[in-house]
Amino acid sequence: MYEKDGERYFVVDGHIHFWDGSPANQANRYGKGFIECFYDYHRNLSPEEWLWPLEKFAKPTEADLMHDLFETGYVDKAIFQPTYLTDFYVNGFNTTEQDGAVAERHPGKFIVNGSFDPRDEKAGLDKLAELADRWQLQGVKLYTAEWRGDSKGWKLSDPWAYRYLEKCQELGIKNVHVHKGPTIYPLNRDAFDVADVDDAATAFPDLRFIVEHVGLPRLEDFCWIATQEPNVYGGLAVAMPFIHTRPRYFAQIIGELLYWLDEDRLLFSSDYAIWQPKWLVEQFVDFQIPEDMQAEYGVLTPDIKRKILGLNAARLYDIEVPAEVPAARLAAA
Amino acid sequence: MSGGHGGTGEILTALGTVHDPELDEPITDLGFVTEAARTGAHVQVKLRLPTYFCAPNFAYLMVADAHDAVRKVPGVASVEIRLEDHFAAEEINAGVAAQSGFAGTFPGLATEELAHLRETFRRKAYLAALERLCRTLPPTADLPALTLADLPPSAQLTALLDRRRALGLPTAPGAPLLLDEQGAPLPPDRLRFAQAVRVSIEGNAGWCRGLLATRYGPAQPAATSP
Repeated sequence: MYEKDGERYFVVDGHIHFWDGSPANQANRYGKGFIECFYDYHRNLSPEEWLWPLEKFAKPTEADLMHDLFETGYVDKAIFQPTYLTDFYVNGFNTTEQDGAVAERHPGKFIVNGSFDPRDEKAGLDKLAELADRWQLQGVKLYTAEWRGDSKGWKLSDPWAYRYLEKCQELGIKNVHVHKGPTIYPLNRDAFDVADVDDAATAFPDLRFIVEHVGLPRLEDFCWIATQEPNVYGGLAVAMPFIHTRPRYFAQIIGELLYWLDEDRLLFSSDYAIWQPKWLVEQFVDFQIPEDMQAEYGVLTPDIKRKILGLNAARLYDIEVPAEVPAARLAAA
Repeated sequence: MSGGHGGTGEILTALGTVHDPELDEPITDLGFVTEAARTGAHVQVKLRLPTYFCAPNFAYLMVADAHDAVRKVPGVASVEIRLEDHFAAEEINAGVAAQSGFAGTFPGLATEELAHLRETFRRKAYLAALERLCRTLPPTADLPALTLADLPPSAQLTALLDRRRALGLPTAPGAPLLLDEQGAPLPPDRLRFAQAVRVSIEGNAGWCRGLLATRYGPAQPAATSP
């Protein structure tokens, strides 16, 4: 819970990791390149006092995680989004099981999301059912740029992907987090294009599709599909930290999102350990659209911030919100 | 550097015509060119990108376009473009050198060349340029009534015309200002979408510049050998 100027904010961090990108776990140069790429994101957009050395960044401890999210980071509930990358890392980068073990040691703090890969075809369907049963999955995180042998990725509109989405419905998994990356099959297509999310969202109106990083670097394509599909949401991981280094650009992102979607479909995320929830929450609550942009984008009220910081995710994941948070005003959603 | 053919200035000028298709800016302005060296009729160019995992299709386009642009400089007989520090650098450099095309460079992973991808991003760049120009006009302007002849000269107009030419869209003075990326009349709500396109492209360019600076240190001009 975060309190400022008499306003209370219930905080759900919608996208966090507990990864091992350390050299011992790197399977090849791609694993090394991947964590170094994340580290550059961290270095580029973090305030100076929040910079970590690469060794710590590559493999944060469980104590770091608990401290940074819950002791100092104001987070009430955090959602683990696994990223397997088993072609890059010996034991995977960040699997459901690794996340789940942490969650079980700290009851009530985390939501464990699973994952699937349609290239596993039939065998993966059974695996997903086991995963759902073991971790009581309410959501899955999908990374379409995941490499698998010769394959450099997949699309949500692939026939096997639809079989998996049907399975999600059957298993009661309602939240599908989609993360686009730089590769896909075929490689000549724009891998960041979110048109396949549009197709899937139309085909599965009972599922919610949370596009991670609000479609960045294709913010415009994300906005376009989210306007048309009421079951498409935006996860703000990677967008949030621009609030510090490039506040006017952040204002434009939030302004465009509020114009094309609405305040009920945006989810706060730190993308821990790339960034830290403490400074993101503090700066977001203090943030206002610059005056010269308000005619175009309006202003951010405490109610809008409250929804983005936690109430929207609480609604998607049936998280109980404490009575002292003015959640009643959310009733319209 | 003597007049006529032979200087690296001409090479950098040629490289300045190569755009990052996604960011719609010259690779020389973006800091992607780190070396342009000429030895007689041979030119070697080194390129770098903001991340190890920048999308390989865009990376390929920049390497291939750089190759073609430098090859056209008078007196240049052979060109080697070396992309560095990228996961697919080896494949891309070899593929461009051998003129294999994109599908030939990534056998089994691509179904066609990159013309479609390039066109998609030219259309985005055009929409962004149109919105950028419209923002310079007074709020009272009757945009649907305006033709290109009604617009005062400006950098935004020049940029718009360049992008229309790239798409084969009308550039004559009598052509309407509000044309969409296919050349049809642009409905007002599409101009609002064009704004989202502009915000996106400009934001990405800023992010890529930042990541490049983080990866390699503060910007420095492309090094050229005498």
